[in-house]
Amino acid sequence: MADTLTNQPLEIAGRIFQSRLLTGTGKFSSNVSMRDALRACGTELVTVALKRANLDEKADPFADILDFLEPDRYLILPNTAGAMNAEEALRLARLSLAAGLPQWIKLEIHPDPNYLLPDPIETLKAAEVLVKEGWAVLPYINADPVLAARLQDVGCATVMPLGSPIGSNRGLETRAQLEIIIEQARVPVVVDAGIGAPSHAAAAMEMGADAVLVNTAIAVASDPCRMGRAFASAVEAGRAAFETGLGLSSQRANPTSPLTAFLD
Amino acid sequence: MPVLSKARKYHQLSDAPAGSFAEKMRQLPLSELAYRSRRADREHVARLVQSGRARTLEDFAALISPAAGEWLDTMAGHSQRLTQRHFGKAIRLFAPLYLSNECVNICTYCGFSRHNDIPRVTIPIDEVRAQVSKLAGQGFRSLLLVAGEHPKYVSNGYVAECIRESLKLMPAVSIELGPMETEDYAPLVQAGGEALIVYQETYHQPTYESLHTAGPKKYYAWRMDTPERGYAAGFRRLGIGALIGLYDWRYEAMAVAAHAQYLLRHCWKAQISVSLPRIRPAAGGFQTDPSFALGDRELVQLVCALRMFLPQLGITLSTREPAKIRDGLAPLGVTLMSAGSSTEPGGYDSFDESTWQPTEDQPGEQFHIADERSPSEIASMIRRHGYEAIWKDFDRALVT
Repeated sequence: MADTLTNQPLEIAGRIFQSRLLTGTGKFSSNVSMRDALRACGTELVTVALKRANLDEKADPFADILDFLEPDRYLILPNTAGAMNAEEALRLARLSLAAGLPQWIKLEIHPDPNYLLPDPIETLKAAEVLVKEGWAVLPYINADPVLAARLQDVGCATVMPLGSPIGSNRGLETRAQLEIIIEQARVPVVVDAGIGAPSHAAAAMEMGADAVLVNTAIAVASDPCRMGRAFASAVEAGRAAFETGLGLSSQRANPTSPLTAFLD
Repeated sequence: MPVLSKARKYHQLSDAPAGSFAEKMRQLPLSELAYRSRRADREHVARLVQSGRARTLEDFAALISPAAGEWLDTMAGHSQRLTQRHFGKAIRLFAPLYLSNECVNICTYCGFSRHNDIPRVTIPIDEVRAQVSKLAGQGFRSLLLVAGEHPKYVSNGYVAECIRESLKLMPAVSIELGPMETEDYAPLVQAGGEALIVYQETYHQPTYESLHTAGPKKYYAWRMDTPERGYAAGFRRLGIGALIGLYDWRYEAMAVAAHAQYLLRHCWKAQISVSLPRIRPAAGGFQTDPSFALGDRELVQLVCALRMFLPQLGITLSTREPAKIRDGLAPLGVTLMSAGSSTEPGGYDSFDESTWQPTEDQPGEQFHIADERSPSEIASMIRRHGYEAIWKDFDRALVT
């Protein structure tokens, strides 16, 4: 699907991705359903919660989510969900590296377990340490342009602002802030969280986001494979429109035969 | 060994610290709301059910009314959608491990009550290790340590050691014990305890007083503020609940809902979960008042109403409930389940999946469970619903 619209590839931390659809691995009805949906949507970057994975050397049939992720199809992006502060996130990240996962981390620090809103102070603190240790750091943040700039200053590989609260399917409610973040960005901007419909994903891409991350809307769909493909198409379409350049929108109609044509 | 601090215990709500839930509880018109709920107006309820959400405690009262029972299926649909959105198509599994049935309290409905002549035991650390290993072998990666209240046999030093030992095999360990002061919880958090579970049993003070006649459990208001003390000590998940059958279930349900809402607001870094266990037969032969009983349909209605009121709330359904109810409720709002539980200290000794047999009543158990299926059978049941049975959802690296 990637070649049909010949979009530019996405580059994060020196790695090239053809697909601009990132996906999560939570909330699926089974690991098999998750694996099939990830294949179907053509994603090349998949995030997984370390708290759900087995990080010991011994195989664990009761915590085998990693066995259903296919590293030849996509890069596995471990995340620190569950961490309430920088210290816990650092512990999880280091454990993940020791378990042989890539030195990439989606930094998620949310002291609030209900809406999983990210803590900006702890996120910046952890990002600084991880970048120094050589990680590709992809921080999940509120749509705060100043925080996004600070995270880029310390060397994060992307910024991942939320469109609306995670799992809410409400779309780009932070649009005005996202526009500023995109305008000022020196690294790829991935709109993460709240994207509930393919039209939301397309809208984010049309705005100039470099990628989107979708989880709930695919995972809890009645047919996750089909919904995954729908999102893939929308991301492709939105990106192609952005690269082509959309016409300006206006409050009133612009006649194709101008009123002053008699002057020509 | 840490020594328990001298607790500043209070019985009356009026003695509770300013701003605590127990203090707020005084202003909650629970009896009046329960009364109005029983007489709720059909049209008002219909509008509320259609809206799909309960915004206030008054709305919640209307959703647990007999009138709302007519729209049970619509409520179930809302509850299912809200639960899937917040928790996914997934149910988390955990196992209780009873450490001790020693208890200094007299609680007339409980098998562990001091007045019951049952064999008393507190399992030593090496046996804890063996039991945890058995549960890990069954698949469990989340453990709840349970014990009666006894300052000598169940000290916080002993429990901290049990937590440390269990964490060698379990990624997540929670506790359910007699209430403590914040400083006495600190060593348990430091040892790696994830969650603190404490049930109020009944929120109705006169009933509470009549059932808890001796022992430290008689401090009604102090017990109610326990989750807040646990939060101050650093627990990241708080579980509350009422033992349904001791008093009017609508009164209890509203108290639990109000308490959960309070904790969600005030203890914002903690996950909050509730449990609404219906009372089961136990040693002592406690007889319940049939007018307090929560019927099966009403239990389903209550779970759905809680979900429509507090979409982020964890809802636990234990093996106290029979298979039919557990199977039916699994996809409607429940987020946590236990399986194959023994409520007797050391009760997992004889477990063998291939020869799994429902147990007879055991003399040392707290109550007798109703759903006696094995953990793997419960996991299969969850999968049959098109849900994933999640064993591991926490890592010890988060706490140690």
